[in-house]
Amino acid sequence: MEIAQKVSGFLTRFFRKYELGRDEDIFSLGFVNSLFATQLIMFLEKEFDITVEPEDMDLNNFRTINAIVEFVERKKVAINN
Amino acid sequence: MGKEQKIKCVVWDLDNTLWDGVILEDSNVVLKQDVVEIIKKLDERGILHSIASKNEPSLAMSKLEEFGISEYFLYPQINWNPKSESIKNIAKSINIGIDTLVFVDDQPFEREEVNFVHPEVLCIDALNLEGVLDMPELKPKFITEDSKIRRQMYMNDIKRNNIEENFSGPHEEFLASLNMKVTIAPVQENDLQRVEELTVRTHQLNTTGYTYSYEELDVMRHSDRHKLFVVGLDDKYGTYGKVGVVMLECVEDVWTVKLLLMSCRVMSRGIGSLLINYILKLAKENNVKLMAEFVKTDRNKMMYATYKFAGFTEYSVEGDKVVFEHNLSNIQDFPEYVHIKTLETV
Repeated sequence: MEIAQKVSGFLTRFFRKYELGRDEDIFSLGFVNSLFATQLIMFLEKEFDITVEPEDMDLNNFRTINAIVEFVERKKVAINN
Repeated sequence: MGKEQKIKCVVWDLDNTLWDGVILEDSNVVLKQDVVEIIKKLDERGILHSIASKNEPSLAMSKLEEFGISEYFLYPQINWNPKSESIKNIAKSINIGIDTLVFVDDQPFEREEVNFVHPEVLCIDALNLEGVLDMPELKPKFITEDSKIRRQMYMNDIKRNNIEENFSGPHEEFLASLNMKVTIAPVQENDLQRVEELTVRTHQLNTTGYTYSYEELDVMRHSDRHKLFVVGLDDKYGTYGKVGVVMLECVEDVWTVKLLLMSCRVMSRGIGSLLINYILKLAKENNVKLMAEFVKTDRNKMMYATYKFAGFTEYSVEGDKVVFEHNLSNIQDFPEYVHIKTLETV
């Protein structure tokens, strides 16, 4: 399954009654709390086998589905190199 | 912290450690009463117990039940895997650092295997348990209300977690089903021991890791320069006890969050953002500037995420120390899945 689908599948748990567009700003929807933050980070680390470092915790990395996908791809490239 | 108590759980072998004999050879093993005494004493101090035994699970468990001591052990690992694996599973299941475990076994091979994989685990020979109760690592400075019921609270967690795992809806619906009640209150004298204990015991969900003595906390409790809150949590399965501490340093019109910590037992309960919401609202009402200190450790990055996702931005970074600021705009409402009770500052 591609990264975007997996991320989107995860986000559905939080935005169940809402169809989230791939470029839609998650933070503007007001669902963002520490619960979401911890669950998102734990999900990304486990699902894609990456480590999210404190310096990665820039909201822009997690603002949209597309941003998350780009972030994961960047991290994966960094690991492979 | 030095020699202060840091052990949270003792992991016991069974054959020739907890009882005399090898149960697979002869099921009439004899319980070692002196070991049971140690277990009960440590339990009263709030230290947990578990099991790592290479054995037939059903046989060993029914023997523990027959002896009437099965309820003392959380997440017993009775299987044929290496004990280092069992130790790792226990730390992960209880959600505590592996360096807070002690492992007791009569077999040098097993102790060496565990020690090889996890050098940070203290391994003790089961034939040499004399003086164990006097080891500083196993002697908490205070026995608090929370430590006395710690095992029961972990048992409640196991119940909750089982239900959570089988809950198919969104996480927030699960949280709503718990009927959580959070209390945020100024620290009273009878909270001080627990607050000190939390600053020493908490590593993962701790923004700075600053520790303060009972006396220092008592001074802050009365000082205009500080606001010190303790957080309690209850839900339909019972109490989690006092699970969090917030300390603000208030200097003129700048408030700085020096300490924001929660017990790892409340991870994934949304308590972090709730406390931050509370602090943001309080700062806004008092018309002050809000800053927050953060000290990076190898374990506390979830708290970094909590600050960042709550809208804090880096004001300054110096090595591992970060100072955040918050512009107090876009403060969210408290989540609907929890009831909050706040008590007035005294």
